[in-house]
Order: sequence, then C-alpha cells, then structure tokens
Amino acid sequence: MSELPPSLKTSRETGDLPGLRRRGFLAATAGVTATAGLFLAGCGTSPGPSDSGGRPRRGGRLRAAFAGGGASETLDPHLGNLFADAARAKALYDKLADCGTDMAARPRLAAKWEPNDTLDRWRVTLRKAAFHDGRPVTAEDVLYSFRRIADPKKAYRAKASLEPIDLAASRAVSPDTVEFRLKRPTAEFPNVLAAFGAYIVPDGTTTADFAKPVGSGPFRFVSFAPGRSCVLRRNDAYWDGAPHLDELEFVVANEESARVNALLGGQVEYAHELNPTTARAHEGKGRIEIVRLRNSAMQSFAMKTDRAPFDDQRVREAFFLIADRKELVDGALSGAGEIGNDLFGKGYEYYAGDLPQRHQDLDRARHLLKQAGAEDLRITLDTSPVAAGFTEAAGIFRDQAAKAGVTVRVRSGSKDSYWSDILDSGTLCCYRSGAMPIESHISQRLLSDSTTNATKWHHKDFDALYQQAQSTKDKKERAAVYGRMQRRLYAEGGFLVWGFADWIVGTSRRVRGVAPDAPANTLDWARFDKVWLA
Amino acid sequence: MRGGGTPPLRAWLTRRLLLGAAQTAAVALLVFALTEALPGDAAVALAGDQPDPARIAAIRTELGLDRPAPERFADWVLGLLHGDLGTSLASGRPVAGYLADGFGPTLLLAAITVVLLVPVGVGLGVLAARRAGSLADRLVSSATLAVYAVPEFALGVLLVTLFALRLGWLPPTAVGFGGDLLAHPAVLVLPVLVLLSRPVCSISRLVRAGMIDALRSPYVRQATRYGLSTARVRYLHALPNALAPAAQQLARTVDWLLCGVIVVEALFVIPGLGTVLMNAVAERDVPVVQGLAVVFGVIAVVLNLGADLVARRLAPRAEVVA
Repeated sequence: MSELPPSLKTSRETGDLPGLRRRGFLAATAGVTATAGLFLAGCGTSPGPSDSGGRPRRGGRLRAAFAGGGASETLDPHLGNLFADAARAKALYDKLADCGTDMAARPRLAAKWEPNDTLDRWRVTLRKAAFHDGRPVTAEDVLYSFRRIADPKKAYRAKASLEPIDLAASRAVSPDTVEFRLKRPTAEFPNVLAAFGAYIVPDGTTTADFAKPVGSGPFRFVSFAPGRSCVLRRNDAYWDGAPHLDELEFVVANEESARVNALLGGQVEYAHELNPTTARAHEGKGRIEIVRLRNSAMQSFAMKTDRAPFDDQRVREAFFLIADRKELVDGALSGAGEIGNDLFGKGYEYYAGDLPQRHQDLDRARHLLKQAGAEDLRITLDTSPVAAGFTEAAGIFRDQAAKAGVTVRVRSGSKDSYWSDILDSGTLCCYRSGAMPIESHISQRLLSDSTTNATKWHHKDFDALYQQAQSTKDKKERAAVYGRMQRRLYAEGGFLVWGFADWIVGTSRRVRGVAPDAPANTLDWARFDKVWLA
Repeated sequence: MRGGGTPPLRAWLTRRLLLGAAQTAAVALLVFALTEALPGDAAVALAGDQPDPARIAAIRTELGLDRPAPERFADWVLGLLHGDLGTSLASGRPVAGYLADGFGPTLLLAAITVVLLVPVGVGLGVLAARRAGSLADRLVSSATLAVYAVPEFALGVLLVTLFALRLGWLPPTAVGFGGDLLAHPAVLVLPVLVLLSRPVCSISRLVRAGMIDALRSPYVRQATRYGLSTARVRYLHALPNALAPAAQQLARTVDWLLCGVIVVEALFVIPGLGTVLMNAVAERDVPVVQGLAVVFGVIAVVLNLGADLVARRLAPRAEVVA
C-alpha cells in the first residue's frame, strides 16, 4: 500500500516544528506490462537528464538527504518502508523488474518473461549479472529471495505482493531460468516481479549479513551508521553500466528545513521531499534546482461504502460533487499538484482518461442528498498530520461541505497508527497513496479479499472483472476490462480522488541526470547511478 | 521544610539516594504505562501504511507483543537487574548500543551549554543586580525577557538563516560530520546558542533577584558596617546566597535542556538522544523508550542531588528540603 512519507510537523511531519519524524511509507509495485509476452532486455531504461547537461562526467561524491528511520534503520531491503530505505535498497540491490514512469514493468535482472497460454506459469530468464562478491546472480538466488520475503512466520513488506506465486512448486529450470507456478492466472505477473521491496539477495543471506550487505546493484557497500549516514562506492562491474559517481552518501535529516538548509549551505547535493512553499521560494532563484515529480501521490477522501451514510450510492455521488478540487489542490498542496477525477493512477498505463472531469455542483449534490433522505447530514472526517496536506484538506473540505448543508466534524488522530486506525473504523477519512500500477491498487484495496480495503468495496462482480482482466492475454482486451472497472469506480466508488501531489526534490546546480518525470517509487526515481556532477 | 538545623550529611544522602532510586523506578513504570496507552504499538508502527491485520498479527507474534503488558514489563525489569537493557523492537539491535551512539553528541551539547551557562548567566545576573534600576539592569532584564519569549525552534531558524545562509559564517547543519562534532567546532556554535538562549535568561534573572535580596539582608548590611569592601561583601557574602537557588535551577535546567536538545537535534541534524527518543516513541519501540527513561531518570536524580549538595554548602541557613 502506499503512503508517502511524512515530514515533520510538530513531529516529523510537515515541516514546521520539530519533532517526530514523519515516516514515509511508500509503496510501490510494479508495473503493468504490456503484452503478456516476450520482453527483450534492454528495452527500457531511460536516464532522463533533467537538463541538457552535456556529456556525463565521471567522479565525485554525491550526498543525498532523506527523511529516514533514525537509529532503527536497517539495510535489509525486504524490511524497508520509507523512501530512504527504498533509495538505499535501489543503490545496493536489483529487482527482477521495476516500474517505468507509466507504471508498466520494465525488465531489470530479468531479461525476459514468458507466460504459458493460461497465464499461470511464467518462465523468467535472467540476464548476466553478478553480486558485489563476484558470484553470478542465479535462479536459486531469486527463489531464495522470494521465499525469504514470503516466510509465513515473518512479515516482510512484499509478502502480500508475492501472494499469487506458489513458491513451493516454482523451480529453477537452469541457472538462469526460473519457472514460477502461480495459484491462478495472472496476466500482470511482471508487476509482482517489480513489487516494492522484492529485491534479490544472494542465496543463503541471513539477517546478520545485512551488516555488510552484498547485492547486485550499481553501488557497493562501504559503511553504515543507522540514522546518520550510509556510504556506498561505484560498482564498476554493474550490468547496466557503471555509475558516474565515485561515491554516494545517504544522510538522514528528518526535518524538512534541515534538508533545505543543508542543500543551500552546500552540505548535500540532493534533498528529497521538500515542501511546496520551499520550492516556490527557491525556484528560478539560481541557488538550487527544484525538480517536481508529477503524479507521485494520490490525494483523496475514502468513504466506507458498507455503512451509513455511504452505503447509499446517491450520498457518495453527492460527495463527489461537493468537492472543489482546484481549491483543495491550491490550499492543501499549495498548488503543487493537479486535480483528480475520482480515479487512481492519472497518467499511468490503463488509466481511464476519457471520462469527463468532475466539477463542483452544489445544487445537484443537495438534490441527491435530499433524495437519499440525508438533508441534515452530520459526519466525522478522520485526518491526522501523518501526511503533508491532510489536516488542511480536511478543513477545506469541511467548509465546502457546509455549502451543501453537510456538517463535517474533523477529528485528528495519531499519526503513528493512522493507517491502521482508519482501515476498519470511521466512515470518512483522508487517504493517500504512492505510485503503483492501477492493477496493484485494485488488488490491494478494492477486492473482497484485499488486505487494506479502506473503502470497504466488496463486490463479487467487480472481483470477477479483476479475475477476467488477469486471465486475458490480449492487452487491448485487458485494457477494456480495466476501463469497465474504472467506470464503475468513477460512478459509485468510495475514493473521492481530488488530486495528485508532486513530489519535490531539490538539487545543487552541479547535479545532472535527475529524471524530471519519474514519480516517487519508479525505476528512474532516486536513480543515482544515472546522476553525475558537472 | 524541617525545623532545626540540617540533618547529618550521611543520613541525608542515604535517604536521597533511596528516594532517587524509587523515583527512577516510578518514572520507568509511568513511561511504560504511557507508551502502552498510546494508540497503536510497535507492530502497527512497523506495518506503517500497509496495515494488513494478518501482517500486524504476525509482527506482534514475532516481537512477543501478544503477551500481556505486565509480563513484558516484568521481563524488562528482570533484564535490567542483570544489566541488560533489551533489544529494540524496530531493529532487533541492543538498546545499549542506541544509548551509547546517541549519548556522545547530546552530552557534548549539554556539557558545552552548561559550562557556558554558569559564567554567562551569573555574570549577567550580577551585572544587573549591582545597581537595581540602572541602565545596565534595565537592558539585561528586558533583553533576557525578550529572548526567553522566543521559542527555540524559531530562534534556531532565525540564526541559521542569518549566520549560515545569509552571511555564510557557519555551517547550517551538522550533516556529514557524523558523530565527530568536536573536530568541527563551527558546527556547534549555532546549536549551543539556541540551547543557551532560554536557560541563560532564567538563571540570570534568578541570580539578579537573589543578589538584590542578599544585598538588602541584615548580615550584608552588618558586614558593610564592619568596613569590609563593597566587592568583598558583594562576592563573598551576598553572591553565595544568591547562587543557591540558581544552582538548584541549574539542575532543573538540565531536565529542560532535554526538550531543547530535541528541537536542536532535529533542526541541526545532530544524531543524539533526543532524536533517538522521538523516533522510539513514534515507532512505539518500548525497550528503547524504557532505556532512555532510566538514563534520564538517573541523570535527573544525580544532578538534583548534586545541586542540593552545592546549595547546602553555599547557603547552609537556607534549609534545603531533602
């Protein structure tokens, strides 16, 4: 699931007061692939330089500041929850696949993948790659890694994503070929390979080994002080081309103002997750560069569709019409984002972009509420400083709802347990999600057996549509099924998706090669092997 | 307050140490209860934005959080009696390591602050008290009141903007200097200034008030009548009496330095105990929170005891409550 990381607010939230670290959880999964067919290696990695920075120059050390997990951080890539964890894991390790900017899966350690006709057996061929200690990456390493993640006694993050795989029956056909047997047809199986946290570690790696991690990624391990710094060095033998940088250092700074100050003071060259106000203050001023990663975070209100008042479709539609999306984006995101249309995944593969944009229509909203017998509706909206803009969004929506005669009481909860608190209780809450393929969003949140179904969307016919999509080999036909599912959600779903927030990164003026269009969690996000210092 | 003279030192010390141990135990128990009372636990915090109930249950089982709270507390106490602070729920690393890593930077900040605090605070207080109502007095009093009113965070942001980003005299944060702050004294200037800001004000105001009272007291007037020099009266007779409350305030300042340290560590990215505490509370990492509670409890007890000892020496007539 996803959420984006936090910042500091009186805590580590959005950056005005010190305090708690906003844990950033992100989530991602991988992309949808196109034809469930043959993928040849090499399609796909596009280092997107943020400017015409000229020829990459080799050398130098880049210091990158992230909000992080403090003294309890670990380099175990299967445990990561935060953006900082993901960025470090990406530097040290590889996945079999990763998401492109449209969330479609791109081959990484997998050179190609091929399904059988019923889409429940997939043969994955590995490219030639080696771990930092020189051992080649083999099918056994892949199976070991996946079995470790799926360990029933543990709770590794990617476990839910790997659920379609029958790991006991899957096997290594040859050193460079894995045959995955699945529990059911899964046309979007490449998404599973690109799942957040599904990194490949050497066969036999134990938890103790992560003190000195060995991966196959673009950087080798040098040193690690939890909560402070992690130093890595170029892996000259990297299969995807050696990085330009000699060294990469991740430093942890939970306070947004500290990250900005370190960047302005020349103490770091890359600062992740800045506030829109900070970005506006420095954009075009020449001291630092601001990169806005569009479509990084869905911002929404989640209505629980199984209980009053939202068990009445007319009330849900009225709420869709109450929202003035522009005002929410301007107010809660300080304008750093774009408006949403009650669907997840704007700009991603399979997104139903042909549906008309919804606008505020208070008269129709009142009419619908009256029809539903909910004229003097009083409702509680749960929010929390767990994510930037949540409390602001709640206040703005309360005022918008008042114009339609709905009394909204805003209730602010603990940010440390927010996602767990809103899963089953309450009726309406602030919700957000990081980038992931639309298929993953549906499977994790909108099926009867989804583990994090915050809108309580339980519809057997909708589940059947999802299974139909996963059993459809032809991509065009599959896209049509996704279109049907999304039209249904657009008309009567539980997510009032009002916006998509930019993820803002600041870099020093010497940094080149930062992809300007990669949503957080995608392949080209925080891809320091493609970055160089001018 | 007790009537009569001060009790013999040894009995007083024993009583105070026993009381301190009880206070520390009470703090540990209270902190445990409060952490338990917070919504969510370590499993919920670890699951983060993926609160799949089955996953949370699995984490809970793995961490032993499914056992009743009294049992977990008893386990922790037993470990503590063997000198074992336990392991972090969030990372599985020993809590002692967390404390050892965070202790250095925090102790350094606190020590430099206290070392500077005493001369600066006392000096300003004496300066103001020499002639109550003079220009110097009015300047010191109004300045200390003004600075006292500024929250540390705002002051820190202001100082960084001015001295680091505008003038470029000092580094804006401690990023990249690791735990080795002593080798880079420039890094410490702004954090220490922020930490000093409020305690200097409270100490100097206390010293001023105590000094003015002492200068008006009968024994000082008597000493002046005996023909002792003004300076001698001021510094040998009046000042010690004025310092007694300041010494006790200093000990209290140290508890409160901790709050300042949390702000300063976040603002300047100094990986000390304040940062460890904030993270541990957010992660509901009970063993780490407990370890910190014990450390802070012991420090507070020892410091207050020391301060009361000093106060007894400085002003034996002013009864020090045990």
